[in-house]
Amino acid sequence: MIIKRHEVFVISASENVITARQAVKKWAVEMGFSLSDQTKLITVTSELVHNIVIYAQNGTMLMEELDDKVRRGLRMTFHDDGPGIADIDRAMQGGYSTGSGLGLGLSGSKRLVDEFSLTSEVGKGTHIVVTRWK
Amino acid sequence: MDRIPILKIGDILLVSIQVDLHDRLVLTLQDDLTNKLVETGARGVLLDISLVDMVDSFVGRVIANIASMAHILDAEMLLVGMRPEVAITIVELGMSSSLKAVRTALNVEKGMDILREQIAAQKFEHPHDHQTS
Repeated sequence: MIIKRHEVFVISASENVITARQAVKKWAVEMGFSLSDQTKLITVTSELVHNIVIYAQNGTMLMEELDDKVRRGLRMTFHDDGPGIADIDRAMQGGYSTGSGLGLGLSGSKRLVDEFSLTSEVGKGTHIVVTRWK
Repeated sequence: MDRIPILKIGDILLVSIQVDLHDRLVLTLQDDLTNKLVETGARGVLLDISLVDMVDSFVGRVIANIASMAHILDAEMLLVGMRPEVAITIVELGMSSSLKAVRTALNVEKGMDILREQIAAQKFEHPHDHQTS
């Protein structure tokens, strides 16, 4: 698999939710994703960047365009050094939130992409990798 | 500070969202709209999202809240103009149940007709309850 290009975004303020969404939309359009795939990608971005802003304040989003010779994909890695998630199973169930949301951010995001992986350690931070293939 | 304009058309408040939504903006809208409902005594709210390209769980929650707030302020909110790809994403995100209580119409025109009919019917039933200025 080849990484055709990558770009890193620093997340430090709630305005970054919009700039990150716009950046992902631009790539999704350039890569020829369908309108509903574009919408899923920007919604996932919104959820996960929002989580960073709310829970960790600071973090990064890495965007990568992948090519495995058969298909192309957009991979996004959301990383923060925030408080981490104490009960990952519960957080992934949906409908549970320690914040102000609906608690759908993680479980919902997983449904909107093809690949989803989450690692988190309390006091260390959270690392989420999502990929959507075209 | 950015604000989403609220237009009053007769008994109805029309809000057409034409910018990228962020937390502060939707929360400001929630405040502005509830204030405007009390101030004007409007009976209906049309929330037009035809130019909105995504509704995440935060925005969805605020939309559901605005509908509840309108309801307890004696007004009905109609969510109109949702794009098909936004509808697909909302359902897959698992948010459709949170929005179940929110009434919808396909566009502003249809929403306006529904609200006007409803308001007219209520005035007929309770002619002295709702005197508008």
